[in-house]
Amino acid sequence: MKWSRKDLLDLESLSSEEINIILDTAKSFREVLDRPIKKVPILRGRTIVNMFFEPSTRTSSSFDMAAKRLMADTVNISPRTSAVQKGETLLDTARNLEAMKIDLVVIRHWSSGAPHFLAKRIKAGVVNAGDGQHAHPTQGLLDIYTIREKRGRIQGLNVLIVGDITHSRVARSNIHGLTKLGAKVAVCGPATLIPIGIEQLGVRVFYNLEEALKWADVVNILRLQLERQKKGLLPTLREYSRLFCVTEERLRQAKPDVTIMHPGPMNRGVEIDPRVADGASSVILDQVTNGVAVRMAVLYLLSGGEVAAVAEVTKKEAN
Amino acid sequence: MTKQKAVIMDAKQMERALVRIAHEILERNKGTQDLLIVGIKRRGDTLGKKIARIISDIEKVEVPYGALDITFYRDDLQTIAHQPVVNQTELNHDVTNKVVVLVDDVLYTGRTVRAALDEILDFGRPKRVELAVLIDRGHRELPIKADYVGRNVPTSQKEIIGVRTLEEDGEEKVIIKEKADEVE
Repeated sequence: MKWSRKDLLDLESLSSEEINIILDTAKSFREVLDRPIKKVPILRGRTIVNMFFEPSTRTSSSFDMAAKRLMADTVNISPRTSAVQKGETLLDTARNLEAMKIDLVVIRHWSSGAPHFLAKRIKAGVVNAGDGQHAHPTQGLLDIYTIREKRGRIQGLNVLIVGDITHSRVARSNIHGLTKLGAKVAVCGPATLIPIGIEQLGVRVFYNLEEALKWADVVNILRLQLERQKKGLLPTLREYSRLFCVTEERLRQAKPDVTIMHPGPMNRGVEIDPRVADGASSVILDQVTNGVAVRMAVLYLLSGGEVAAVAEVTKKEAN
Repeated sequence: MTKQKAVIMDAKQMERALVRIAHEILERNKGTQDLLIVGIKRRGDTLGKKIARIISDIEKVEVPYGALDITFYRDDLQTIAHQPVVNQTELNHDVTNKVVVLVDDVLYTGRTVRAALDEILDFGRPKRVELAVLIDRGHRELPIKADYVGRNVPTSQKEIIGVRTLEEDGEEKVIIKEKADEVE
């Protein structure tokens, strides 16, 4: 099977074969990261633009590093220092960058669907680095890669996602990717933070953390997005923590070989006990390393893929 | 489609060529001191392992071995039919001050060897790099020359040389094929 996409927008639209291509390619790049010279010249002469409309350290530096490890040139744009401040639209910004002959755009945006909007209108490839509450495909891929690396398989594993599922693009990307590869996925959190109808995605729902932990082979603990908790969905942080914090005591109920993950940044003591985060079951820092390899694979595959016809949409809009 | 024209080496001839190359490597380097054999994936990896084994049998010492996957060093990202990568470089030895003998199945344009040289140099600074190939078919596009050659096979660019190994193809031979639908 060949890779033929120009963009990576979400995991929902990928086939299991395509997900496996990315994971297998990432494995080759993971080896590069252990070399004395952690660079390969495959994207020499390509230019990749990172547009982050939301604050991010891990994802933006991971993409930047991935591009540099492939010897591509990178340009980093944040809205505070760009013409977005002067009222330029997203599309105009992207078209102007494209006129400077760039090859790929990595975009994080607060608005769900922004990367899809761009992908249909510019010739350069578009990578979604997180859009609103919709998708964060590279985070989903690096989580799946890490599970595969630690557990040797995805098929048949019980993967539990704990926390604020409603506001989480990480949860959505994980659910789509993992179920496609044959894992059993469950979510756990307060009823106010679990979207209605999530069972339709093939997901089991737990409201009791102890019960959920007994079931799980892998526990992915989401960050409680403090900036999104102003709507009164939680009485207090302390109450959330008392019921849903993954503590060492609670983990004693879990399977002895349970794998603990967290996409970061962590609120220590809120959703995860520091003793769990730094404990023997935690693979949180492996996730970060694997993230660079997975993003290298994505940038590499998208650079070699065929350029899809984008002229059509543009033509339609002109009419 | 391609049609097979002739078998240019059978299993026995391949084995003899590899044994001779192994002896030549030992002769030129006066033994196995500082020697590191590195196969270029995938067929060069198979042949490189064989050469390393033959040298070990002759000298009764283990010769260090590694394998390179040169995909990330290619110069034709746009033109290759884009295949997913599932191979990996496995080089667990320090190359600095070693005599690295690169092994590949067929030497043709020289571009694969160029990529392998670039990759090897990213791992360290070898004392010397040598090149061993089973078949040299000519048509170089870069100034690259093999130090050890199994057989020189003059070819036309319309032809394809296929090295078959037991590990990958279930049979050992070298065949020459013609691109049948080539329009002149």
